[in-house]
Amino acid sequence: MKMKTLAAALIAGAMASGPALADLVIPDLSYRTGPFAAGGVPFSDGYQDYFALLNARDGGIGGVPIRLVECETGYNTEKGVECYENTKGEGALVYQPLSTGITYQLIPRATADGIPLHTMGYGRTSAANGAVFRNVFNYPANYWDGASIAVNYLLDQNEGSLEGKTVALLYHNSAYGKEPIPTLEALSAMHGFNFTQIAVDSPGQEQTSQWLQIRRERPDYVLMWGWGVMNQVAVQEAANIRFPMENFIGIWWSGAEHDVTPAGMDANGYKALNMNRVGEYPVFDEIREHVIEAGLAAGDGSNIGSVLYTRGMYAAMLAAEAIRTAQEMHGTDDITPEMMRDGMEALEVTEATMESWGAPGIGPVFSVTCEDHGGSGMGIVQQWNAEAGEWVALTEYIESDQSVIEPLVMEDSMAFASENGIEPGCT
Amino acid sequence: MPADFYFAIEVILNGLMAGVLYSLVALGFVLIFKASGIFNYAQGVMALFAAMTLVGIMNGQVPFAHLFNAIFGTEIHYFGWQVPALFAILLTTLVMVVFAWAVQRYIFRHLVGQEPIILFMATIGLAYFLEGVGDLMWGSDIKTLDVGLPQGASFWIEEQTAFLGGEDFFGFFIDQLDIVAAGVAIVLVAVLVAFSQYTKQGRAMRAVADDHQAALSVGISLNYIWILVWSLAGFVALVAGIMWGAKSGVQFSLSLIALKALPVLMLGGFTSIPGAIVGGLIIGVGEQLFEFLVGPLVGGATENWFAYVLALLVLVFRPQGLFGERIIERV
Repeated sequence: MKMKTLAAALIAGAMASGPALADLVIPDLSYRTGPFAAGGVPFSDGYQDYFALLNARDGGIGGVPIRLVECETGYNTEKGVECYENTKGEGALVYQPLSTGITYQLIPRATADGIPLHTMGYGRTSAANGAVFRNVFNYPANYWDGASIAVNYLLDQNEGSLEGKTVALLYHNSAYGKEPIPTLEALSAMHGFNFTQIAVDSPGQEQTSQWLQIRRERPDYVLMWGWGVMNQVAVQEAANIRFPMENFIGIWWSGAEHDVTPAGMDANGYKALNMNRVGEYPVFDEIREHVIEAGLAAGDGSNIGSVLYTRGMYAAMLAAEAIRTAQEMHGTDDITPEMMRDGMEALEVTEATMESWGAPGIGPVFSVTCEDHGGSGMGIVQQWNAEAGEWVALTEYIESDQSVIEPLVMEDSMAFASENGIEPGCT
Repeated sequence: MPADFYFAIEVILNGLMAGVLYSLVALGFVLIFKASGIFNYAQGVMALFAAMTLVGIMNGQVPFAHLFNAIFGTEIHYFGWQVPALFAILLTTLVMVVFAWAVQRYIFRHLVGQEPIILFMATIGLAYFLEGVGDLMWGSDIKTLDVGLPQGASFWIEEQTAFLGGEDFFGFFIDQLDIVAAGVAIVLVAVLVAFSQYTKQGRAMRAVADDHQAALSVGISLNYIWILVWSLAGFVALVAGIMWGAKSGVQFSLSLIALKALPVLMLGGFTSIPGAIVGGLIIGVGEQLFEFLVGPLVGGATENWFAYVLALLVLVFRPQGLFGERIIERV
């Protein structure tokens, strides 16, 4: 009898205390183990450290604390899906799958569950069409933008003409690596350059035959869509055959410090695209003070300022800004995944916004709309200075050729819509 | 002769060099399988662990630093000294000997007499355990391995052969690292063969490989021989780790080179040291030549699957591999 009375009192007490604000739950599908850990660790550190900063410095966003839920995927698609299924019930607001394979698996699941995905610079490129992919966002740029940015840069280097030049694509033989092929084929037809494709099987530890082919065919430029060990081996092999490094350009997933340092001075001059700038931002000092020195960092703080740490932090900044937008739009600090989606779709990033983050100029200025979930589609070209051990930005943000990309996005997204019975629209 | 002919020769030469690197990995498998009948799934991870340990020792890295720092709130990462490459290789070899002892003492001693599949499963567990310990000990970042090995094209070979194929031919490309690897592999095989033929321990090793029970009956310590064999396999793993790690940096993917050794073993046989070498060369040349001739017609990236197809073809006609011992069982 006493127990029943006590239980009733506890329940009554809990009900009388009124609704408490829930945490803002952000899952982090990270990979700190496995063959791709060298890339996964700094990204995840940057992603987590920025949210830790917001918690420590501001008490969260709009007064609501952020709760990071980390789940190890090992860059494995099955594990990534498991992570999603295990964490979505915690009230997850947005997922950053950090893998094209995982993204493809999560698109139908997240759409059914009403949870937004942010796949910045990876995933399904045609998800830029928000009228079809309501819950998927790939701002600020996608793979097809990357291909176009690289070609536009080469056009700029060749006085506006690539007529008669040969551009080879060295790609990871996977869905990810094959993504830029349709765009490069269209751009090849448009600009009159020869386009050759050279596949490298995963993981890419052995590339002798591919680089012998490059040595035989002597393309003017080599573009690379690589990840993991493929990048380090490719840079070393390019140096081995004395391919001019300044004519070797990687996508943004082939342009981190660890991609070039194993080759030492031989990697000097190698170029890569980036969707955001690296540099010494004021926010790093705040992270050092509030997060690292306070012992709240996800890692040991050694990755701060690196390419992938900065990108992970930038991803967190975009997510935090979307949360703020959602809170303002819906007049509540306690937002749902559906409200988060609205916030992402109304996201506007200006110079002033980035200034407020403590990271002026970290990314391009852009806004998201229902029709366009892809953002600005801009990127920079950076070059590795081996002596200084740093990436140096060579260009301002370069625009991609939307006259080529938009029809491809429409074609692919509409095919997806018809296959899946989706009625495209922005109502 | 047209340039294409010389390009094909170049592909064959590079295939041979790639094959030597595959053989280095396959050798470790053969040593353990021959002496104990265990297919050591952890051989690739041993190469990774050995290379990580070598870099860690060379750079004066504090093992388990991340763990200590997380538990005790300290900020230690390096001892502050650098160890010369040769001395670091010796120290790493010692670590691999200790590892061999530990594997024998804590795993396989308890599994004596078990079915081969149980022993194989134990090596799978060992592989995952070693992967985790390696990460915890030295971190998961990519490490630059510089033991002074030359890299890049051999200018001399290029210059001496440039006249062969006309304007479109630039001379044969041979990576200097591959030449070194070939030399090291030749020395390693010669030493291993000499060791097993002419030393007391080597003869004991062969006796154990032939018949455990008979070897025991003449007073050979199985325990000692197995530690010896695992130590040798650890040293071979270190050599393979150095050669592959110099190409790509020392990172997790090194453990996947074991996948390259499997078709070599299927082809060369699991019990033959010369088989591992010849198998490696056949796989290396076969996959490179197939990629050169057929790759462009089928979209490229044929190396991985072609190696297995080649090995399977050999298995159909010669199940024990080209050099393996023929299995005859009376019923």
